[in-house]
Amino acid sequence: MPPPMKVLVYRHSVVTRVTHWINAMALILLLMSGLQIFNAHPALYWGQTSTFADPWVSMTAIDRGERMIGVTKVGALTLETTGLFGFSDGEKRGFPSWSTAPGYRDLAAGRRWHFFFAWLLVLNGLVYLSANSLNGHIRRDLLPTRDQLAPRHLLREILDHARLRFAKGEEARRYNVLQKLAYGGMVLIVLPLMVLTGLTMSPAVDAGQPWLPAVFGGRQSARTIHFICAGLIVAFALVHVAMVLLSGVWNNLRSMITGRYAIDVEGAPR
Amino acid sequence: MSADTRRGWLKGAVAGAAGLWLTACNKVNDDPRVQATLRSAEGLTLRAQRLLISRSALAPEFSEADISSDFRANGSISPGDLEYRKLLSNGFSDYRLVVDGLVDTPLSLNLAQVRALTSRTQITRHDCVEGWSSIGRWKGARLGPLLDLAGLKEDARYIVFHCADSLGGAGPNGRYYESIDLIDAYHPQTILAYEMNGSVLPVAHGAPLRLRVERQLGYKHAKYVMRVEAVADFAHLGAGKGGFWEDRGYEWYAGI
Repeated sequence: MPPPMKVLVYRHSVVTRVTHWINAMALILLLMSGLQIFNAHPALYWGQTSTFADPWVSMTAIDRGERMIGVTKVGALTLETTGLFGFSDGEKRGFPSWSTAPGYRDLAAGRRWHFFFAWLLVLNGLVYLSANSLNGHIRRDLLPTRDQLAPRHLLREILDHARLRFAKGEEARRYNVLQKLAYGGMVLIVLPLMVLTGLTMSPAVDAGQPWLPAVFGGRQSARTIHFICAGLIVAFALVHVAMVLLSGVWNNLRSMITGRYAIDVEGAPR
Repeated sequence: MSADTRRGWLKGAVAGAAGLWLTACNKVNDDPRVQATLRSAEGLTLRAQRLLISRSALAPEFSEADISSDFRANGSISPGDLEYRKLLSNGFSDYRLVVDGLVDTPLSLNLAQVRALTSRTQITRHDCVEGWSSIGRWKGARLGPLLDLAGLKEDARYIVFHCADSLGGAGPNGRYYESIDLIDAYHPQTILAYEMNGSVLPVAHGAPLRLRVERQLGYKHAKYVMRVEAVADFAHLGAGKGGFWEDRGYEWYAGI
């Protein structure tokens, strides 16, 4: 049998590559400015209105005599989070200054960053979704096939990932099922949810589209879901970057810049 | 290197990197060109919302059961301004709502006359720019018919609300003010409210009159309204941005 050969396959279209990097930049700034906005009222509620005395999540500072401590409350759970949430850099603030845009407290500036990059995210997302719906990329490459969704296959993929065994050869030509669920879940569910819950917080949009607050169970619920989805995006990004680093960083980066991804093929190149 | 020095060095490096990061981020934020670019999104939002949302679309209205028992009062909650304290001590019997500017017939109305105007009652959600919401029932004089009573001149484009409270320090320059366009001024839910939750409007919520402009955020809902002025533009007022918070960096259009 001939030794394995490296072949470059064309993996990412130019639309996917360009929108990927715009998306990455927009999401980083949306996250940081979003945390700035959150810090103006670091509490979350369910329903139409804010039940100030009983938030679902809150970040506060408590004076402990000589020192201040940060306290984060989530449901019935209370945690001391000094230096991270509630109190950091010697002041009372939800998220610490290194994580917000701008670093100092400025809600007006945070909103400007947020809405500018929200527009960029939406326009960029529309380009991505329309191009990749038309060329079949979403249906062909992002939706899991029936055999990939079989419980046995899913279990094997999870175990392989846990042991950092990545697909080789022919199997590397397509996304594995966990990749499909993660990427598809982001671009088809979480990011659209992010935009819709964001719009629901707009009093003008609620006048024009009253079904939006109804669907999400009220404006404060929409704000809470917006925050949870932001957390899901952060979790996705952390795993995504870790996987990029572990499964061949230069190959992955090249494929998202030039489009070419190298795979090992047994025998002659096809 | 001992473990302690190493830890100290590492801590210093992390703190240094964080400092550089913050300085760089804040420098970018403070650049006027960056700010001008970011501000372009506000115009886009205003145009998109005006295009896609009907001018007369009503903000959602709620039932009695939805009214918040803990409706938060923000900004000025008890103005210390001498003129206001005098009016308050007489139960606003000397209060006059002035309607002037680009109108055919300037008006000066006492509270009984304001209460006799075409009114509307609505249970609506108040959305603060900080992120919280409360629901309350408001009754007040509809702004549209009031402006018609005074008769807007042709070149009137905006309605300015001059308030009695000075949130930005003493003196007339620190006085709160707000402005809206004629689309919002004539919107059926835009009222000068004198009742909240079935009682006389409390001082904390803007007695004797506060604006309700239901499709925008809370800071547009001027409290302690003394004078309603029709203008062609608001460049000559305050810092020229059309409102107290607008002069301090917030968007003039607060529909989002």
